[in-house]
Amino acid sequence: METGIVSYGAYVPRYRIKPEEIGRIWGVDGKAMGRGLMINQKSVPSPDEDVVTIATAAARDMMARVPDVDPQDIGALYVGSESLPYAVKPTATVVAEAIRATPNLTAADLEFACKAGTAGIQMCLGLVGAGMVKYGVAIGADTSQSAPGDALEYSASAGGAAYLIGSERIIARVNRTLSFSTDTPDFWRREGQMYPVHGGRFTGEPAYFRHVSSAAKRLMADRGTKPEDYTYAVFHQPNGKFPTRMAKQLGFTPEQIAYGLLTPEIGNTYSGAVPLGLAHVLDHAKPGDRILVVSYGSGAGSDAFDITVTDEIAGYRRANAPVLDQILAHTVDIDYGTYAKFKGSIALPEE
Amino acid sequence: MAMVVAREWREIPGRYNLEGTRCGCCGKIFFPSRAFCPHCRRQSIGKMEPFPLKPTGEVYSFSIVHQSDGFNRRMLPYAVVFVKNDDSIMLAGQLVDVDLPTVKIGMRVRAVLRKLDEDGKAGIIHYAFKFVPAE
Amino acid sequence: MRDVAIIGAGSTKFGELWGASFRAIGIEAGARAMQDANLGGDEVDAIYIGNMSAGRFINQQHIDALIADYTGMATNHVPTTRVEAGGASGGVAFRQAVMAVASGLHDIVIVGGAEKMTDMDDDSINSVLNATSDAEWEAGMGLTLPSLYAIIAQRLMAEGIATREEIASCAVNSHFHGAMNPDAQFRKAVSLDTVLHAGPVAEPLTMFDCAPISDGSAAVILCPLEEAKKHTDNYVKVCSSMQASDTLALFQRESITHFNATRVAAQQAYQAAHITAADIDVAEVHDDYTVAGLMALQDLGFWKEGEAGRALLEGQTRFDAGKTAINTSGGLKAKGYPIGAAGLSQIVELTQQLTNRAGPRQVRNAKYGLAQSTGGTGSAVTVTVLEAM
Repeated sequence: METGIVSYGAYVPRYRIKPEEIGRIWGVDGKAMGRGLMINQKSVPSPDEDVVTIATAAARDMMARVPDVDPQDIGALYVGSESLPYAVKPTATVVAEAIRATPNLTAADLEFACKAGTAGIQMCLGLVGAGMVKYGVAIGADTSQSAPGDALEYSASAGGAAYLIGSERIIARVNRTLSFSTDTPDFWRREGQMYPVHGGRFTGEPAYFRHVSSAAKRLMADRGTKPEDYTYAVFHQPNGKFPTRMAKQLGFTPEQIAYGLLTPEIGNTYSGAVPLGLAHVLDHAKPGDRILVVSYGSGAGSDAFDITVTDEIAGYRRANAPVLDQILAHTVDIDYGTYAKFKGSIALPEE
Repeated sequence: MAMVVAREWREIPGRYNLEGTRCGCCGKIFFPSRAFCPHCRRQSIGKMEPFPLKPTGEVYSFSIVHQSDGFNRRMLPYAVVFVKNDDSIMLAGQLVDVDLPTVKIGMRVRAVLRKLDEDGKAGIIHYAFKFVPAE
Repeated sequence: MRDVAIIGAGSTKFGELWGASFRAIGIEAGARAMQDANLGGDEVDAIYIGNMSAGRFINQQHIDALIADYTGMATNHVPTTRVEAGGASGGVAFRQAVMAVASGLHDIVIVGGAEKMTDMDDDSINSVLNATSDAEWEAGMGLTLPSLYAIIAQRLMAEGIATREEIASCAVNSHFHGAMNPDAQFRKAVSLDTVLHAGPVAEPLTMFDCAPISDGSAAVILCPLEEAKKHTDNYVKVCSSMQASDTLALFQRESITHFNATRVAAQQAYQAAHITAADIDVAEVHDDYTVAGLMALQDLGFWKEGEAGRALLEGQTRFDAGKTAINTSGGLKAKGYPIGAAGLSQIVELTQQLTNRAGPRQVRNAKYGLAQSTGGTGSAVTVTVLEAM
């Protein structure tokens, strides 16, 4: 059975802060920091936005593009995130209610640092492929946390994308997916702690680069493909620098990764990053386009996907919801004070 | 203000998805949902049907709030609106993601799901519709 | 049904009465009213008390028992009833008391209103006030009570019914009179500029468009009209006291530029009193927000829709302007707004006016007085007409 993407939706909050503004507060050359990370600005959620609202916004747009799909036919819904509003209580059920998919479905929240969203896609592909559900929804979304003044503060941002996985009228067929996982502690957050901790430069070679390249190479070996066989490639993007270097190492051109690389303009949306990058590619994709997608989650693992865009995309009602180029066109720059207020860094009287 | 969980839970269809009711006798639509129609009264009991309202409409009137408490303190200043939706039903809510000086009567808006409030750091988080400008 | 008279009236000073508890405030106005009516206490058959939210303001429910006890009426086991109708609590309590005497059930009735608000922090007070709107679908959605009135103001302005300046001038009128009332919280006139440029609460309304947070009580004594002369020469007749309801939520109304409850209650009150709006010499209207005061002047029929604003702006509403004098007590805005007491404070002011005891703000030859008391955003309204004897 062919399985793949039936629809998708994306959401990024409209507020932006620039590295130089963050650097101004901490006595750091923010501009240079931004240049080094290849981050021009990052998205910031409004105080009333969290993973529930971001996931819902993306999922509703996903459903708006397939008005013929009955939400009651959704048999599984997963939200992958590392900034879930509740430590215990699913986000997935809220989203399921908000798209009228309840009550006959399985739902769960997933956590695998930045790759929980793609893990959800794999799980849905499995359920659909096994004939257990007609449609599955996988969402990757985050309102990433970072300790004030930490290097992460220049990149950690908010956004997410939702995917409707099925076997009928698929706009993008998933030819193959596989993963590469090891115990590599490069980034973590203990229960009850506000901010994650990272291993500094250890997050690079033994972590990000090893896992992403291994998954990509295994997938291409399995499929018998080479970089030039792909129209587009999407790599996890904690900053602009890593995926750019990864693409070069693997033999992909800057043009192949251009659409899939949003981090320079929106920051690192963690679980949302690869799903958003893929969404931007699909916004521009034509029938026959082939896409390599490799996510990365600290801890560590990569999920790789070999995808082919189908003829169905021609009749796909993409315009029923705004595409990312439209979403990203309306931004509002904020200063660090507003950012601190939005993030809750300013202690207010008991709320 | 802390609400008991059940009070919030039973309003989920209205709060998330703008589900109101329609009177099976006279066809009038109500939001929030009502157990019986104020016009047909007794005749309507048992005949009120769920009715999902359109999430789009236009601003009927508005205000910019400068004093509020609890969670909304973090939202200050924020816009509140009466919206006549595209079923001609009046709704009340916040208008967010908007440049406050641009808020005006007649502007097109659509409903989204946002965080409304939370019962402190340990309590339940309340989600409900708010409006954003419609492109 | 019997005709009913007011034979005594009293009010505490309104304001931030830091030294006074609810108990102290609750009995003071009643005691003054009793003194005014030359009564000792054993004559009292029943007590009614308007109080909106002692349960939340001072965490005391069952204030009927508290009032009976601390006024000494519990020794006689006098039936005491607490009435709640949001901001109209006082107005509705008064009407209940009038009905009790009119029906023949009781002869001497004390009806008071009291609220102790300043024992609570400002944020919590505002959340109690917000709960007089639809707590789930208005207040719960982030619409504060002032923002609901601001939404009304915005429509009045958009529909050309009133300008921002006209709306603001309602506060100027109330403060003008408050300066002459020794019981007022704010005994100071304010300029239109002050109102317009005060800190914003809910645009377009500023701090000066909103009545203050206050403590205070007010009370009157009722008896059958034919008995009134036995007690005092300073009595007035209650011609009518009517009440009407509307939807709890403002957003569920067909129109938000008038309050149907005010129109209905007023029409019934005029009819029962066999008079028209033009006969009213002095009126106390519920100006918890300037915009509410302005709308009341139109809904009560004193000015046509679109004309009340100019009347306020031009000072036609002042006690000596020769038209219907509006809020000679200072209104809720300047005299103060201890919520449950507001409706009774209006009756006290009218009683003073109609018995020619209003001092420097006395309306000359006042024969008919009207009080309008409002709950929430016009969800409950009472209109009372009094006549000088």
